[in-house]
Order: sequence, then structure tokens, then C-alpha cells
Amino acid sequence: MAIAADTRATSGPIVADKNCEKLHYISPQIWCAGAGTAADTEFTTALISSQLELHSLSTGRKPRVVTCMTLLKQHLFRYQGHIGAYLVVAGVDPTGTHLFTVHAHGSTDKLPYVTMGSGSLAAMSVFESQWKPNCTKEDAMNLCSLAIQAGIFNDLGSGSNVDMAVITADKTTLHRGFVKPNERSQKLKNYKFKRGTTAVLNEKIITKDDIGKYVSVHELEATGEERMDIDP
Amino acid sequence: MAIYTDNGGSTLAIAGADFAIIAGDTRLTSGYSINTRYAPKVFKIGGSTSSQDDASILLSVVGFAADGEALKERLDAVCKMYRYRHGKPMSVSACAKRLSTILYSKRFFPYYVHAILGGIDEDGTGAVYSYDPVGSYEREQCRAGGAAASLIMPFLDNQVNFKNQYIPGSGIGHELQERERVPLPRDEVEVLVKDAFDSAVERHIEVGDGLQMMIITKDGIEEKLLPLKRD
Repeated sequence: MAIAADTRATSGPIVADKNCEKLHYISPQIWCAGAGTAADTEFTTALISSQLELHSLSTGRKPRVVTCMTLLKQHLFRYQGHIGAYLVVAGVDPTGTHLFTVHAHGSTDKLPYVTMGSGSLAAMSVFESQWKPNCTKEDAMNLCSLAIQAGIFNDLGSGSNVDMAVITADKTTLHRGFVKPNERSQKLKNYKFKRGTTAVLNEKIITKDDIGKYVSVHELEATGEERMDIDP
Repeated sequence: MAIYTDNGGSTLAIAGADFAIIAGDTRLTSGYSINTRYAPKVFKIGGSTSSQDDASILLSVVGFAADGEALKERLDAVCKMYRYRHGKPMSVSACAKRLSTILYSKRFFPYYVHAILGGIDEDGTGAVYSYDPVGSYEREQCRAGGAAASLIMPFLDNQVNFKNQYIPGSGIGHELQERERVPLPRDEVEVLVKDAFDSAVERHIEVGDGLQMMIITKDGIEEKLLPLKRD
């Protein structure tokens, strides 16, 4: 099972994050790729990850992908689309390999290859023209990478790098920055300013001894293990 | 029904002592789609033929591409008529005023563009004129237009007009001396333009693909095409 995502986050036409993580951990063998509202994909996957872990502990079984998908759709349906999470759920469990999409309104699909988000049409065009059943791990990884790259270059909402997670029966490998086809070019000029370039209208230096005049200071005894980690 | 479309992209112009540079990216978008990776936004205006080999004025247009194209065609026709009637090319200052009246003539159905005009004035100095969509204009040292204008303009204020830069140790508080403005040489301006666009591409999704630079001097117009990131 291969699942991939680009690493661009936008707010309107501005790139908010050039290298964000859209591959979310649910359980060791179940991962989610999230599109839509960043906070919603982040919190929804974290919430369902927690519920699934507790469920797994109480039943003494490994979590299943269908269970994850059902928890997600019931949660999202309850919020009538106001939680803008558009997810791809992928994983391996004792029942086999499973791949789903979950929309913000709660509808789901179970398909052999899926895409989500603003680059979904570009990515799906690659899948529809190149996907073959029973492909190898390397073929699947390559195809996912090409699909995401189609989005990166042809959809303005997608960009930067390709992240990939490969889930097999015995382990999951996360390839952060699987492909980096958009490295920033070197600036032609050095923009370092001479010290003192910025105007300082007035300055006031407060010494550590006088700090008590401005804030209340309590000296605390530091005792061995209880010492806090602070910058030297 | 939408009358106007925002086709994205950005433009930038800087005037030097004896040259002017107008640049623009070549991406044309609508929504999240790229319509083409090569659609020029900078044009030669008022040559005696359609090849524009002897043109002496540059125009950049960004915003609604169809209006940009229409405005360019109209200003070019006006300049060509002027050349035919007077037997000499239009001066940049005259062309600048004429462009303003063209834009204002459509005050209540505007050309939805941010236009920038560039050339060499009567004294041989580089000239840049910038416009709002309804014809308000001003001669400036530099100007950024379009989608990433708000990203590029502060950089230009600082690097071309040396805004917020003071001479270290030249005084205390308000006595501090501002760094003196000097016209930048051509090679340095070209570097600023490339760096400005490389940065705009990093943070604005509608800017990318190619950088078109037109450099006008007393000897004519030079065109340069450089690649930009395509994501």
C-alpha cells in the first residue's frame, strides 16, 4: 500500500508553508493523507487515532482500516461538512489491504486507487492512464509519485515536494521528501546589511540586577533531578 | 455572470540613469489552473511596423489578460497614428498622458489592469510611469504590479530607494542620516529583478514558469527570457 502527498499549504493565493506534512499517523499500519482545512485534518486524524488506539486496547485486536474509516465518517457527518477534512485512508490490517476516501460531509468510497484535494484531477489523470492491477511496491511508489507531481506542476494549490508512506504487512516506511523537484534557486545578491543600518530612536539597557524593578522575581532552589531545562 | 477574470501574474519596472527595465512573469492562470506557461505581459509600443523593431516605449499589463491585450492594441494604434501624422515617434511623457486618458475614458467599465509604461525621456533618463485601472498615474523610480505586488514593492523600496536604511554611526536618534539614493547600474538592477521574482514565486501560487525582461536604452530594446520555478 503506497500513499503520497505534496507539501504545499496555502492561505488564499499565498503559500503558507512550503514543506508541511500531510501524511498523518493513525496507527502503525494505518495512515491518512489529508486535504482541505489543515487544522481539521490534523485534529480529526489525531482524535480518531486516539479512539482507535483505545478501541484496540479494549478489544485486544489490531485496529482495522474499516473501523478507522467508519469512525471518521460518523464524526464528519455529525458536523455536516463544517469540519473541512478530505481524507485518503490507507492501511494494512488482519483482513488485508484497504484504501478509502472520506469526504467532509461523511461520504466514503472504497477503490483500488484514489485521489483527493485540489490536485486530485491532475493526479487521477495519471492513475487513469497508467494504473495496472497487482503492481509491485516499486511500481506503486513510482505511480503515486508521478500522480502527486502532476498535481505539483499543474495545480496551483499543490507544490514543493512529494511525501510518501509505504505500508506492508510487516512494516511502515515514511519517506519524507521522497522527491524534491522544486529546490529554491540561489539568490544572486547578498542582502546582508551593515551593522547599525536600522535606526534606533532610543535605547534603554536593563541589567539583571535591576530586573526586580520591572517584574516580581522569586529565586527558586534548583535541586538535582527537578532542575528545569533552560538555555544556558 | 462574471465580466472580469483575474489572470494572476506579476510585473515590475525600475528606471535607471540611462535605461529602464520592465519585467513580468509569463504564467497565465485562472483559479487553480495554469492556462499557459508562456503569455508575455511586456510589450513594445509604437514601432512603425507590427514587428516593433524601432519601438521606443514599453508597456506592461497585468490583471485581466483580455483587457491587457485590448489596452496594448489600442495604445499601439494611437502611437502608430501619432507617428504617421507627425513623422516622428511619440515621447514617453506624451504617451504616458495619452494612456491615462484612454484608461479614464472607460471610467465606469474599466480596463481591469495595472499598467506600467517605460522608456527614455527627452533628457535621456530612464522613465517609469505607473497607473491604476482608471488612469491615475505618476512617474516613479520603480513599481511592482499584479498578484505579488505587495510582496515585491517593499523589497524595491528598500533596495532601490534605500528606504529604512541609515548610515551607521552618523548620528543619534532622529539625527541619523538616511542612506543617500544613487541610481543603480543596469547589471545590479537585473539581479534585483531576478531575485524579486524568485522570491515571489516561492510565496505566491499565481507567479512562475518564466521571467520576461525588457531593457530599454538609447540604443534600443533588449529582451531576456529566464526560467522560473514551475510548481
